[in-house]
Amino acid sequence: MKVSDVMSLIDARNLTPDVALDRDVTCGYVCDLLSWVMAHGEEGMAWVTVQTHLNVVAVAALAEMACVILPEGIVMEQESLDKATSEGMCVLSSNLTAYEICGRIAAQGIPAHA
Amino acid sequence: MEELFRIAYPVASADYTSAGQASTDIKRRLKQLGVGGDVLRRVAVASYEVELNLVIHSLGGELVLSVFPDAVQLVSTDVGPGIPDLSMAMREGYSTANEEARSLGFGAGMGLPNMKRNADEFDIQSQVGTGTTITMRFKLPT
Repeated sequence: MKVSDVMSLIDARNLTPDVALDRDVTCGYVCDLLSWVMAHGEEGMAWVTVQTHLNVVAVAALAEMACVILPEGIVMEQESLDKATSEGMCVLSSNLTAYEICGRIAAQGIPAHA
Repeated sequence: MEELFRIAYPVASADYTSAGQASTDIKRRLKQLGVGGDVLRRVAVASYEVELNLVIHSLGGELVLSVFPDAVQLVSTDVGPGIPDLSMAMREGYSTANEEARSLGFGAGMGLPNMKRNADEFDIQSQVGTGTTITMRFKLPT
């Protein structure tokens, strides 16, 4: 499943229009504690979080995740979005809750670990 | 073994805006040097953790990346305050991070254990009033 497939699955909009949506999503995760995510983040991960500051992008990029997903219509500040774009990290925003987002992605067979 | 490459990054205390810049640059440079895969990912995670530790806990310090033919080395040194109880600091879930760090999602007490888990060799020396030095080595595939 590609990031573009996840985007339509969870009715999300792409906050980083200059980033390609062709990365493979191989696993999913939801957590707002960044140091916890650093310990458990994996390559190809779709990561759901309500955090929007710059360090979110750094964590996602360093762990080589597929995308960051913000639930409940949360918008990321422009500074973070600019950094995400320069890092090639896609940031999606969906009006669904984190629970609903994970439920929809998991129902498509995307596991917790790749 | 002969050091092939070396670069030092100063890291300022409590500078959450720049946090992650050194790690991002380290990852980029290692990629250019042909380091990839599992090693690159482990170095990236450990360098970010140690950089964030300098930002959150130290009074300022430096992160030095060295590349050898057989290994990548990261050395973090700071000017204090030092860690009073190293065995507690190494315990998963134990953190002394302040409110500002916690509000950003840090301070889960995963930093040092996560560095140790990702590095092939991990050493930490600390003296209260003097500072802390963390040395990590990552073996390169031969």
